Amino acid sequence: MLSTLMLSSAQAASVNQFDQWWLLIKDKAIAGDLNFWENLYKEIYQNVLFNNRWQNYLRGLGITLEVSFFAALFGLALGMLLAMMRLSGVKPLEKIAGIYIGVIRGTPMLLQVLIINFGLFGSIAIDRVIIGVIACGINSAAYVSEIIRSGILSVDKGQTEAGRSLGLSPWQTMRLIIFPQALKTALPALCNEFITLIKETSILAYIALTELTKAGDYIRSKTYSAFTPYIVSGILYLIVTGVLTHLLGKLERRLRQGDNR
Amino acid sequence: MITVNNLHKHFGELKVLNGIDQHISPGEKVVIIGPSGSGKSTFLRCLNLLEKPTGGQIFFEGTEITAPKADIDALRRRMGMVFQQFNLFPHLSVMDNITLAPITHKLLTKAQAQERAMELLNRVGLPEKANAFPKQLSGGQQQRIAIVRALAMNPDVMLFDEPTSALDPEMVGEVLEVMKALALDGMTMVVVTHEMGFAKEVGDRVLFMDAGVVLEEGTPSAIFENAQNPRTQDFLRKVL
Ligand SMILES: Nc1ncnc2c1ncn2[C@@H]1O[C@H](COP(=O)(O)OP(=O)(O)OP(=O)(O)O)[C@@H](O)[C@H]1O
Ligand SMILES: [Mg+2]
Repeated sequence: MLSTLMLSSAQAASVNQFDQWWLLIKDKAIAGDLNFWENLYKEIYQNVLFNNRWQNYLRGLGITLEVSFFAALFGLALGMLLAMMRLSGVKPLEKIAGIYIGVIRGTPMLLQVLIINFGLFGSIAIDRVIIGVIACGINSAAYVSEIIRSGILSVDKGQTEAGRSLGLSPWQTMRLIIFPQALKTALPALCNEFITLIKETSILAYIALTELTKAGDYIRSKTYSAFTPYIVSGILYLIVTGVLTHLLGKLERRLRQGDNR
Repeated sequence: MITVNNLHKHFGELKVLNGIDQHISPGEKVVIIGPSGSGKSTFLRCLNLLEKPTGGQIFFEGTEITAPKADIDALRRRMGMVFQQFNLFPHLSVMDNITLAPITHKLLTKAQAQERAMELLNRVGLPEKANAFPKQLSGGQQQRIAIVRALAMNPDVMLFDEPTSALDPEMVGEVLEVMKALALDGMTMVVVTHEMGFAKEVGDRVLFMDAGVVLEEGTPSAIFENAQNPRTQDFLRKVL
């Protein structure tokens, strides 16, 4: 029934059109008398189309991407700093970085988010997006630092010796010679960490940040559909991570080819 | 130019250098030979403090570089080093490999550094490789670039640690040629090598090292034709 309807009015699929289709099956829906396709349409209508609800998901996706992007930048900067501290040869710095990484990696991220939200920012009026960026960035930094540290350690010792023998300072050698090579080695793992981070920001639903997961949850609270809103959110996550994973694969292939430069 | 007094280097329990006294004059070509593990590399690496001596003193151009407050980076700018494994920077083009240090130290502008690099590349016969990356080059070409990279800092001394040992035999010659030309130019050189032909031809003085000391030294002819110490004789019988 639905497919014939769609064919007959394919030229203008406006929201009004969707509303008309809804009116056609509404009585059957109330009577609980729908076939599979009608049921599917009902779910999509209520959870996506009605009241422009799709905008809720897109806004949620926007916030998810925004938080992920800035948390990744923050995590990268802090992660580099931690990696340098661990390799600095200065005992107190190594200790501090080691403890930081141990604590972050050894406790649940949800707990960290709750502590940062209620503990640190509990009494301050501050945008939840910023709290999310800080919480996820702090968490990501611990993992990033380990990725970068192993990248640095993978660079041959002869590179440092060549740099130092040209009179470059330890810092110049690190910045101009070791770091660029370490970063290239670490790039795939760093991209992976970014993809992981996008999924993990869903934890921020717990502190009522309306990112993509919370957006789905909000729709569910309106429609009482058990699955559909979460599945819509899930599909959007999949699209984003799928595209990024595809790009990452391309990048890795290019890096491997470039190895013979 | 370089004076070494009673130099010792221990790695934990392992005593690698056990009291070396040497004086290297400007323009002198010193060749170091000796069995594997005798401390040749360690001695060379102490000269530019890639290894920190555990005892003794080293003076370079009048300053004690083993003093706690010595400016090691400044010293290294005047001492070039060439490694067995070339150690070119793989992420940089040949040109950038060569100009990195002079530009970073603000000794030359970028344009000046590139001009100087081209000059040096011409001298080693590789001007067309300026934009290549190290991995695109043969071992012999990489080592010639590594020599140019060190020369770009206009060093007063060049240290070579077995510069041809990692090369296929057919590429050894091209690197030795570059080193000979450098010697003719009057560069002060300290060379660890197994190339006895090079030692005879270029060396002013040959040091035979064994178990962390200089066991015997002299002109190439004194060492190669008339060695006094049985250990030296034994070593030379094996390698010649
Ligand atoms: N960083 C280090 N830590 C511990 N031991 C070291 C270190 N570097 C060198 N050694 C040891 O010191 C000894 C001398 O090493 P060195 O490299 O100076 O010998 P070499 O004369 O250059 O030998 P080769 O001809 O094989 O290069 C060796 O036994 C080596 O294992
Ligand atoms: Mg050696």
